[in-house]
Amino acid sequence: MAVAKKSPNTEEPAAPEGPIADFSKAQELDAYRMMLTIRRFEEKAGQMYGMGLIGGFCHLYIGQEAVVVGMQMAMKEGDQVITGYRDHGHMIATGMDAKGVMAELTGRTHGYSKGKGGSMHMFSKEKGFYGGHGIVGAQVPLGTGLAFANRYRGNDNISVTYFGDGAANQGQVYESFNMAELWKLPAIYIIENNRYAMGTSVTRASAETNLSRRGLSFNIPGVQVDGMDVRAVKAAGDKAAEWCRAGKGPFILEMLTYRYRGHSMSDPAKYRTREEVEKVRTMHDPIDMARHRILERKFASEDELKKIDADVRSLVNEAAEFATNDPEPDTAELYTDIYR
Amino acid sequence: MPTEVLMPALSPTMEKGNLAKWLKKEGDAVKSGDVIAEIETDKATMEVEAADEGTLGKILVPEGTADVAVNTPIALILAEGEDKSEIKASKPSAQQKAAESAPPAKSEKTEAKAPATPVPKSQEKAPEAPETKVAADPDIPAGTEMVTMTMREALRDAMAEEMRRDKDVFVMGEEVAEYQGAYKVTQGLLQEFGDKRVIDTPITEHGFAGLGVGAALAGLKPIVEFMTWNFAMQAIDQIINSAAKTLYMSGGQMGCPIVFRGPNGAAARVAAQHSQDYSAWYSHIPGLKVIAPSTAADAKGLLKAAIRDPNPVVFLENEILYGHSSEVPKLDDFVLPIGKAKIARAGSDVTLIAWSMGMTYALKAAEELAGEGIEAEVIDLRTLKPMDTETIIASVKKTGRAVTVEEGWAQSGVGAEIAARIMEQAFDYLDAPVARVSGKEVPMPYAANLEKLALPSVAEVVEAAKAVCYK
Repeated sequence: MAVAKKSPNTEEPAAPEGPIADFSKAQELDAYRMMLTIRRFEEKAGQMYGMGLIGGFCHLYIGQEAVVVGMQMAMKEGDQVITGYRDHGHMIATGMDAKGVMAELTGRTHGYSKGKGGSMHMFSKEKGFYGGHGIVGAQVPLGTGLAFANRYRGNDNISVTYFGDGAANQGQVYESFNMAELWKLPAIYIIENNRYAMGTSVTRASAETNLSRRGLSFNIPGVQVDGMDVRAVKAAGDKAAEWCRAGKGPFILEMLTYRYRGHSMSDPAKYRTREEVEKVRTMHDPIDMARHRILERKFASEDELKKIDADVRSLVNEAAEFATNDPEPDTAELYTDIYR
Repeated sequence: MPTEVLMPALSPTMEKGNLAKWLKKEGDAVKSGDVIAEIETDKATMEVEAADEGTLGKILVPEGTADVAVNTPIALILAEGEDKSEIKASKPSAQQKAAESAPPAKSEKTEAKAPATPVPKSQEKAPEAPETKVAADPDIPAGTEMVTMTMREALRDAMAEEMRRDKDVFVMGEEVAEYQGAYKVTQGLLQEFGDKRVIDTPITEHGFAGLGVGAALAGLKPIVEFMTWNFAMQAIDQIINSAAKTLYMSGGQMGCPIVFRGPNGAAARVAAQHSQDYSAWYSHIPGLKVIAPSTAADAKGLLKAAIRDPNPVVFLENEILYGHSSEVPKLDDFVLPIGKAKIARAGSDVTLIAWSMGMTYALKAAEELAGEGIEAEVIDLRTLKPMDTETIIASVKKTGRAVTVEEGWAQSGVGAEIAARIMEQAFDYLDAPVARVSGKEVPMPYAANLEKLALPSVAEVVEAAKAVCYK
């Protein structure tokens, strides 16, 4: 590619200016509703797992909702999203149907993958969601390839590749960083630093715990973001997207976030204290904070928020009901979709 | 109606657990996400969270109770406006009923893989795998000019023709552009198509294989060249887990039209890490097609087919064969069917089955055998997956004897697979056990004499053919 011959990236993104811009009423309410939908969906998934309706692994996104919701607000039609195995929130945020996602979790006919993918492997070409990948870090070269395709086609779309603090130690991440900057690919890398790779804390796994610096030797700018504040996420996402769309190459956003639940459903929860979880939950919960802002700025009354809560709950209950009663895939599906 | 809190399962294999501790007491207000109890098994402890807002109305299972069955109601939560008097009226929810009809899987070994809802249907037999019919090679019109070229040139022409035909096709890999290809297979492509479509990559096989797969998921048609397949072991996760499985895992939504190609197998005197045959490795994987041609014409026709194929294709070339010349029909668009073997030499006494470099041993052996009065039929598989079993079986039914020839190791090799298929489908036609000629089960040695011994030879093929003919 011609761009490979350009001089290295020496430009640095401008420092954030002042406090984070407030959301409009519509933005606050939309973000609140979406974050709440993801939370309730995940709580329901956890329950259904406990009842034996969902099998295998089930990694819940509870606590991290602001990351995906804020980023989605910074994206436009045609942009692509790809992530790892903690992916239900990303699917809901990209606009995939909760019924289809839940029915995939229960392994049924009308799941997004006809019941053949499960929790970690769902896709929607229509919504620009490219999975759902079960191998830690593998989505990073793939997401870089999505950015490559945008570049190849000469459109101004970007790809947003999510991975965790654990995946940030995989070699293929750095192979991707190198090519992305070398070829100035429009890729935003979102490191969802929820502090624990399964049960191993960042400090026990990473020599450099400021993961936003992980692109330094490739000249990729990186910024740490309060991933519990949906407004901060959106603001950072806007900047990164603008950078990428302008042809300046990739951008790294380290989202400081937290997962309330275990790594998967069978997590022993011995590697952190209950107090630590409680502290984040009561002081920094992204949904509680949004709710507080909405009430404070009188964007909605308690009753109006209750109405949203009820709507969300019924949407999730319908999804659960659908996913419980949808039939298992026809046995003939065993041999379909192996080749086109 | 009060909501029941059920004893949850920590994993699909858990059947019961202990209720270790209640963290809330009757009458306490709870909201969604509050930890209300702790349960434990011999493996783990888990917190039970409330999924609804309300008041903890009644604790049904006291703390310290051991062996509580999964899905047993352990508490009732009263919604706003409900009071304790409603507890008696409560009935099991629909979801609980569904769960009751779904006993947890039994086997510990299948943990995390066992279906959570093995309804009686799971006793069903797997359906038969569908059979696919592959078209025969296209007819070459009479009078078509045949051009003698090397396999290297044929492969280059195939890529160039497909790149002219489809702007979504591009080639990437180490040294494919300015260096003109480490083995000169991409010679001239940069000059014709430019650096947007002929892309030199850093030495980063895992990364660029994955990047290629991502581009393919987005609808482009990458040709990813590995300088040799030996280096693709760095990338094998992306080839198998990302390229081969995504169509299935997405329920048919997301295909991966990509070609991975490069020289495979032993070259000469490059020792163990650079001399390995991956035929068996990749042909093991559902979702991949695997091609390994032995002639220039097959290389051209099949590479064009591979680039057009909407599935991931592993294209195994051979460094020694790159320089071999043979005739290629001069046609505007010469495309061969994937999945069709070719009878390279007709015969009636014994069937020799080979592909790629193995064909050089098989054809020479057939000549020697003819001198001794044994007419060998030589099948060039060309495609390893899907394998053209039909052509093999038809030949074995005629000859009653078969020898497989491969440079790879015998254990779990392609020859082993061919032998198994012959046994399954033509056992009664066999006059002798199937014989395998393969690479010796050693890492490839460097010393010239040892390397020669490690590889199959014409003499070994002749000997094996005579043995199955009892001569």
